[in-house]
Amino acid sequence: MTLDTAVGRDMSAFVRRRDDGRGRLDLLVTGARCAGCIAKIEREVSTIPGVASARLNLSSGRLAIDVSDQAIDPDRVVQTLVGLGYQATPYDPATALQQRDREGNRLILALAVAGFGAMNAMMFSVPLWAGLFDQELGSATRAMMMWMSAAVGAPCAIFAGRTFFESAWRSLRAGRANMDVPISVGVILTLAISFSETILNGRDAYFDAAVSLLFLLLIGRWMDHKLKAGARSAAGDLLALQATSACLVDASGRERSVPLSDVASGDLIRIRPGDRIPVDATLVRGEAVLDNSLLTGESAPVPVPVGGLCRAGAVNLSGLLTLRAEAGSDDSTLAAIARLIEAGTQSRSRYVRLADRAAALYVPVVHLAALLTFAGGWALGLDPREAIIRAVAVLIVTCPCALGLAVPAVQIVASSRLFRRGVLVKSGAALERLAEVDHVVFDKTGVLTEGRPIVIETPMSVILLAAPLARASNHPMAKAVARTAGPGETATEVVERVGLGVEGLIDGRRARLGRAAFVGVPTVRSSETELWFGFDDGPKVRLRFSDAPRSDAAQTVAALRARGLTVEILSGDQPKVVEAVAGSVGVPTWRGGLLPEEKAAVIDTLTAAGRKVLMVGDGLNDAPALARAHAGIAPGSAIEASQNAADLVLTHEGLMGVIEAIDVARAARSRALENFGFAALYNLIAAPAAMIGLVNPFVAALAMSGSSLVVTLNALRLRGSR
Amino acid sequence: MNILLLLAPFSVVLGLIAVAAFVWTLRAGQYDDISGSAERILLDEADPLPTPTDPKSPPT
Repeated sequence: MTLDTAVGRDMSAFVRRRDDGRGRLDLLVTGARCAGCIAKIEREVSTIPGVASARLNLSSGRLAIDVSDQAIDPDRVVQTLVGLGYQATPYDPATALQQRDREGNRLILALAVAGFGAMNAMMFSVPLWAGLFDQELGSATRAMMMWMSAAVGAPCAIFAGRTFFESAWRSLRAGRANMDVPISVGVILTLAISFSETILNGRDAYFDAAVSLLFLLLIGRWMDHKLKAGARSAAGDLLALQATSACLVDASGRERSVPLSDVASGDLIRIRPGDRIPVDATLVRGEAVLDNSLLTGESAPVPVPVGGLCRAGAVNLSGLLTLRAEAGSDDSTLAAIARLIEAGTQSRSRYVRLADRAAALYVPVVHLAALLTFAGGWALGLDPREAIIRAVAVLIVTCPCALGLAVPAVQIVASSRLFRRGVLVKSGAALERLAEVDHVVFDKTGVLTEGRPIVIETPMSVILLAAPLARASNHPMAKAVARTAGPGETATEVVERVGLGVEGLIDGRRARLGRAAFVGVPTVRSSETELWFGFDDGPKVRLRFSDAPRSDAAQTVAALRARGLTVEILSGDQPKVVEAVAGSVGVPTWRGGLLPEEKAAVIDTLTAAGRKVLMVGDGLNDAPALARAHAGIAPGSAIEASQNAADLVLTHEGLMGVIEAIDVARAARSRALENFGFAALYNLIAAPAAMIGLVNPFVAALAMSGSSLVVTLNALRLRGSR
Repeated sequence: MNILLLLAPFSVVLGLIAVAAFVWTLRAGQYDDISGSAERILLDEADPLPTPTDPKSPPT
């Protein structure tokens, strides 16, 4: 992952002042997993002068620091954490989706009330059930139990059911009927009948059934919400790590790190080698060589002259640059692409979820059955009151509990399993769509390939020779050399010449690593994908670089094909480069030189031909295609817009997560279908039983909790080995 | 059986107290860091929570 730890800058802008003169600093810490980490981090950070207290939230990886001294340097804290072996980045909680989870709290409260109501209404139901089995129960006691049950159950049902009633009302007003309409009708009818039976001193009251039905449905609702909210905040954290801050140069020439949203047009910003350009800007000072691969998919670096436009999202491959911001972060190049994404996301929202499709079948059948029970019963000479009770019993025993729980239970288990394997699922619908995919489109740069240069066609002896100089430089190509050579000694008296290379002493001999002209090879035209190395008094050698395929790319493609999926590459890079990569990973179909809208158009053509396309891409140029495809996956190194447009984000290095995600999505789909099958079977038995009057409140309570339990246990089978 | 008139409402009140307690734990943020709380129990320090008055908690 290309996470840029903000080290060595003034980050005091991230300390938020509070009224009492103290301050608060929030950091995102990655790598903490156990009690030892908590103790180590909190102890070490607390000993920093100016820190009053520190508390790490292990679930979210957020470290909250209370600052007693305003002058504290956040960088000191970050350095301490890096020294302990954890990556840390300050972030602004206001922007990192930190708002209180109102919807979640409302659901939890409703769940608590429903749970209380279900248990306590049932407490009064137990004597009534005993009465059903010819136990002694005086009619006065019976009446009291029914009234107590009503007093507890009805208010709880009305309070806990609000979520469903409101949603049903909204959908009815819009002229549609969603899943909440039959639920609301069922609950309200049940309550009404139970009240009338209680008043008329009748036999059956279903207050406990109404509340436990809501309790079970709310569990499903809450799981669905938890899945979405959890993924949202995790995705937010990932992005907060990636592009938290920009380095601003103020009038006095001092560098200051500020949250990205504070960058305004006209500000001077400083970009270090390897950093990403935060907003559209023109070059003021420095010699810029930019990696535009996230923007255009092109892997070859592009030189930019002074006064030229550097687009947001490009990575600086050369030395220190000074830029003047041309736009704030909200209206950069990203804005145009964002509109394309918007259009794609809308087309995707037309997808009808599995549970809704099941509900469309289920609702008319069940309501018709209830109606027939009433009409048929009456026609066959039953008392109208008895006929209504039977009809309501049909509605209750065929309650959509299994439907309400079947899918969320499976999806929450599936996504927590995927989360452990480094795949972040953003919504349950995403898993359903992923399971249907039959064609996979890969972007090349940064997805099939590493997205960073590695040394090729160069003998190891040369790499080891150049390594001491390379270790002293921050340039991506030099870093590649140092990575290949492994740890070792570093050259002395190193001077880095911006845009040219580095020179220094290796074992007392002066050596240079950099562009051909800098090293002293005058005749050769230097390209951006090579470096030269030589001792001042010795021969010069060339080191070539390329963006090589990821080690697991070929394996991933083979695994996809083994699962019956067809694979294709769509890239914005030069056709020649794309062909080479396609050959090495074993993909026969590929296209190069595509613009972002052309990529989206290819996806549209495939969709029109009836294919269900999975797009895997990381660049801004992939974002419209990611949003347009049936399902989209972005690596964790992807640019913000792409992560937002994608359904799933790979948080670990490597591509095998794609396979894991497809396997789990397919398994989840079959578990969900099994659950539907079970629910259908159960209803086939329960509904006729209710029609002929075999169902009483006791049977209804047993059947309801039993079916929910079976559905949940089936979902847990997905959990897999840890 | 008249005792039921006392005991039944009493049990409902007990249930309501439980709901109130649950809502209180929720509001107090006790479910904000479930895995962290599970790990903190393993810390040996007498007071694993660094307090503002004592910023340097004793080392393990």
